[in-house]
Amino acid sequence: MLGHRVTENYDVVIVGGGIVGAACAAELSGARLRILVIDAGRVGCGTTGASMGHIVVMDDSEALLNLTAFSRELWLRLAKDSASACEYLPCGTLWVAADAEEMDVVYQKAKNYEEHDIAVEVLDHKSLYQYEPNLAQGLAGGLRVVGDCVIYPPNCAALLLQGIEVRENCNVCQISDNLVSLENGSEIRAEFIVNAAGAAAPKLTAELPVEPRKGHLVITARYPGFCQHQIVELGYLKSVQKMEKESVAFNIQPRPSGQYLIGSSREFAGWDDSINRNLVNRMLTRACDYMPALKEMFAIRTWFGYRPAPMLSCPPPRLASGDAGAGESKNGGDKLPIIGNWPKVKGLYIAAGHEGLGITTSLGTARLLAAEILGQPPPIDPAPYRPSRLFRENK
Amino acid sequence: MMKKITVKVNDKSVVVPEGVTVAAAVYMAGETAFRKSVSGQLRSPVCGMGICYECRVQIDNQPHQLACRQLCREGMEIRTL
Repeated sequence: MLGHRVTENYDVVIVGGGIVGAACAAELSGARLRILVIDAGRVGCGTTGASMGHIVVMDDSEALLNLTAFSRELWLRLAKDSASACEYLPCGTLWVAADAEEMDVVYQKAKNYEEHDIAVEVLDHKSLYQYEPNLAQGLAGGLRVVGDCVIYPPNCAALLLQGIEVRENCNVCQISDNLVSLENGSEIRAEFIVNAAGAAAPKLTAELPVEPRKGHLVITARYPGFCQHQIVELGYLKSVQKMEKESVAFNIQPRPSGQYLIGSSREFAGWDDSINRNLVNRMLTRACDYMPALKEMFAIRTWFGYRPAPMLSCPPPRLASGDAGAGESKNGGDKLPIIGNWPKVKGLYIAAGHEGLGITTSLGTARLLAAEILGQPPPIDPAPYRPSRLFRENK
Repeated sequence: MMKKITVKVNDKSVVVPEGVTVAAAVYMAGETAFRKSVSGQLRSPVCGMGICYECRVQIDNQPHQLACRQLCREGMEIRTL
């Protein structure tokens, strides 16, 4: 631009300092590589900073179960060493079944989790209220996933980035063969480039089928002891899988401070940066349906973030539970993140499309990606997440 | 002559003129700290008009009530911190 282009050299440049980029950097840092993490804003302050930090094993598909279970194991290891830095809370997840039909889903899920050695407890009507007396009357029961937990994502991103070179407020405008071009006109050569830019990843890798899926959260004042688990309605799964323009589902999370995070909303609204009051209203009404005493509580802040939703057009795999697979819209895809080498650009690797599970799956993603970059055996089967699946149909 | 009413602040009875706010009653009881922040700092009212939320106390077992925005009622039980 000014006639003196700077060219720097690194072994690895990671674009995006959210939880996924941070985890990839941490995973590669033991390999004596010169690593640089670049963030358009500040690290951990995008989707990572707006998220709940629920570490959860999901059984929507075999591949999602493998990735989330493997990732949860890695989180428990990390939290064991740095519990207070992570604000680790081993609260478990309680999936609430509203009626007999949803109880059938509970039994199916319990079987599926148990087959994969994930500890669960099926709760009948009575034991549900023993665990969570503030739930609304008349619910059928639930499923308690014992080992799920909660962490504080921005702190964890910072922890993972300790000792790693980071460049903040730095805009990348292009990724090409072994080259990262910055908005200020300078360039960085790298043997490996990782696009971990979250919902913004397609701005740098045009064919990536990722779109922002906006979600709101509300946090309450402190009411210690109101609930013990991260409680989610089973209808949440439908809310995720249906590709409706707007949907809400009850989801509440206890924080170590005695505050509660209340979600959740899902919305395809592009990069719209205003609070959708109508949707927040629906979300809170839903929450009050499940926990009526919430009506008396103070909400002290509302915000939103952009989940990087994968919009794959390949057919969804067999679902482990529920029936959402059959009537899937053409954009339904397999709902899995996109992890691995991008064949169209030399040296480029993708870690994107984690939607609402990026905090959980970040650590597993980083292991998979590091194994591929370093030529090591993969920790779990990487095939279901590979970018190459996006091109299969066009052959 | 202004009518007087009795409220309790942290179990201590205080006689206050009718029409005063809960915040005023807390000060009349000799308390200056209304609540504790997440990190344990002591806090007291800043704005006096329901914006800053620093005046929150427990009133009749209801947590997080705004002391600046409520008037005292006979027999009210107020708890700080």
